[in-house]
Amino acid sequence: MKDPIIQLTGLTKNYGKAKAVDHLDLNIYKGEVFGLLGPNGAGKTTTILMMLGLTEPTTGTAYVCGHNATRNPIAVKRKVGYLPDNVGFYPEMTALENLTFIAELNGLQKSKARSGAQDILNQVGLGQDIHKKTGDFSRGMKQRLGLAEVLIKTPEVAILDEPTLGIDPQGVDEFLELIKRLSREQNLTVLLSSHHLHQVQRVCDRVGIFVGGKLLAEGSIDSLAHKLQQKEGITTWISFEKTNANVALFEEVLKNLPAIRKLSVGDDSIEIKTDGDITATAVRLLVNNGADILSVQRHDYALDYIYNTYFENSKTSNSEHEKSHSLLHN
Amino acid sequence: MKNPTVSSTISHSSVPIQVLVNKEIAYHIRSWRFIILILLIVLTFGASLYVSSTGLKEAVNNMKDPDQSFLYLKLLTTTDNSIPPFHVFLNFLAPLLGIALGFDAINAEYNGGTLTRLIAQPIYRDNLLFSKFFAPLTVVGTMFIALVLLMIGGGLLGTGVRIEPQELLRIIGFTLISVIYVAFWLSLSILLSIRFRQPATSALTAIGIWLFFTVFFPILVNLAIRPFLPNPNYISEQEYLSYNELILNLLRLSPSQLYLDATTTLLMPSVRSLGPIAMEQMIGAIPAPLSFRDSFLMVWPQVSGLLAATMTCFAWSYYIFMRREIRS
Repeated sequence: MKDPIIQLTGLTKNYGKAKAVDHLDLNIYKGEVFGLLGPNGAGKTTTILMMLGLTEPTTGTAYVCGHNATRNPIAVKRKVGYLPDNVGFYPEMTALENLTFIAELNGLQKSKARSGAQDILNQVGLGQDIHKKTGDFSRGMKQRLGLAEVLIKTPEVAILDEPTLGIDPQGVDEFLELIKRLSREQNLTVLLSSHHLHQVQRVCDRVGIFVGGKLLAEGSIDSLAHKLQQKEGITTWISFEKTNANVALFEEVLKNLPAIRKLSVGDDSIEIKTDGDITATAVRLLVNNGADILSVQRHDYALDYIYNTYFENSKTSNSEHEKSHSLLHN
Repeated sequence: MKNPTVSSTISHSSVPIQVLVNKEIAYHIRSWRFIILILLIVLTFGASLYVSSTGLKEAVNNMKDPDQSFLYLKLLTTTDNSIPPFHVFLNFLAPLLGIALGFDAINAEYNGGTLTRLIAQPIYRDNLLFSKFFAPLTVVGTMFIALVLLMIGGGLLGTGVRIEPQELLRIIGFTLISVIYVAFWLSLSILLSIRFRQPATSALTAIGIWLFFTVFFPILVNLAIRPFLPNPNYISEQEYLSYNELILNLLRLSPSQLYLDATTTLLMPSVRSLGPIAMEQMIGAIPAPLSFRDSFLMVWPQVSGLLAATMTCFAWSYYIFMRREIRS
């Protein structure tokens, strides 16, 4: 496998006794859109600051684009664009001036910085507002300008901290679409932190669920769902016409299904819990045995469910926490 | 769509610190704050110049005054006591100038969310601090130099008297020391702007320190010394002088006293001692102006004191800023 572009090993940050980030190991590869998902105060921003060398880790290392972020932050910052949450601009300068200033700080000549800034402002959809003072900008416009600022340094990695916070739903859609398109067009690695799982689900190739300074789970959304299924099993509810239903026969037939965990048969419904997905088989069996099936419902492990499971585990007692932790590592 | 590439232009690229300083200067000269300060300085300069020019003829013809031949220095220092001369005015205004230009240097950026953005760029953190320090000083220095050059030009046109090289050196020295004095207050207020999150807090603290040194410090020194001071009638002249020296030295802990000492000596060539002089020392001394070199040597401790205080504040702000974690 190719080398990761972001490589965090044993990254830990303590504030006094409190552990903000606790032995974080994470690899992110080139061209990926990675979502760091976690509730407020989970240590997402601290992790990002350590990746940029803006704060020193207590122990562990962060390598970004092949440079140690703590020892050589300038080299890292040259290749990484960062959009902080709560981004601010100089209110007395126009969008173009703000962006040109940042471009010049990245070593562009004034004239090139200006024309480059104009191009990028058009790209992020601020073409109409380049001469407007940023003091008059709305939150969504500021986020777009922030994204423009990330892009103007032609980064290899873009780190976006809560980029969708405070934007209206339509703005969020457009913004995420923009991120997705740009990452594809420019083969940009994107690290996105958020607590909005639906947004993350929409754009990210891979997500990491980050709670209490620990990475509880990591992988693509499908694989996370798969892992969860292995633990919880799959539940299928089937309801059928009550009249002329031979309930005893149904139970007999279904009992022989592989890897069954729980089977409860009622007057007009059946609940099956299994390791693998047997919904189709079960339905076929029932139909062959004369059941008039009314509805079939399979428990779908969407990200919602994953998210809540992990979050609830982290909220409950320590032993629970350990359990969910060990689960994810086997 | 393609991005403009950075790599092709890196060879003749702009230097980060220059970009930062340019931006800071542009910010200052466009701000209302600075326009008001400039108006204040120009007004006091104009007023003290007007007063001195009306009394100029008298001052220059005063044969008892050893400095009477220095027309341009007279222009800066003569007063009819209705308003103080410019360098005394500046003793009050320069701290205000320094504080006003620096009190929100870092914390305003922090609160505006621009600081995180700035330090996420490939620049060294100290560049930011340097730009916050040098940009206002450049602006202030330019303003002071413009003012004294205007004064010299006006004097040349008005009186037609040639300016002595010594006078020019003394006036430039005065300007330089004034800039250093502003630099001290600027670095102090930058330190406070890093230390305090709220601009209002740092401004108030800086003004508090300024008031302490200009108003309360002399009173405090007096209060502290008086209980130990014996009746002057019962002590020898030697002892009396040493007490006097002690009080002066304590007063010199205040930067404004240092500034006043330094500028007075530079602008009045006949000032030959900053402390009391014994009668024996005065005997045989001809009341003549000192050379520029001698005057300058006399104020050297004051100048280095001011510089040292500036450096200390700056080093301290450097220390607390470099390793601070900045999150929005």
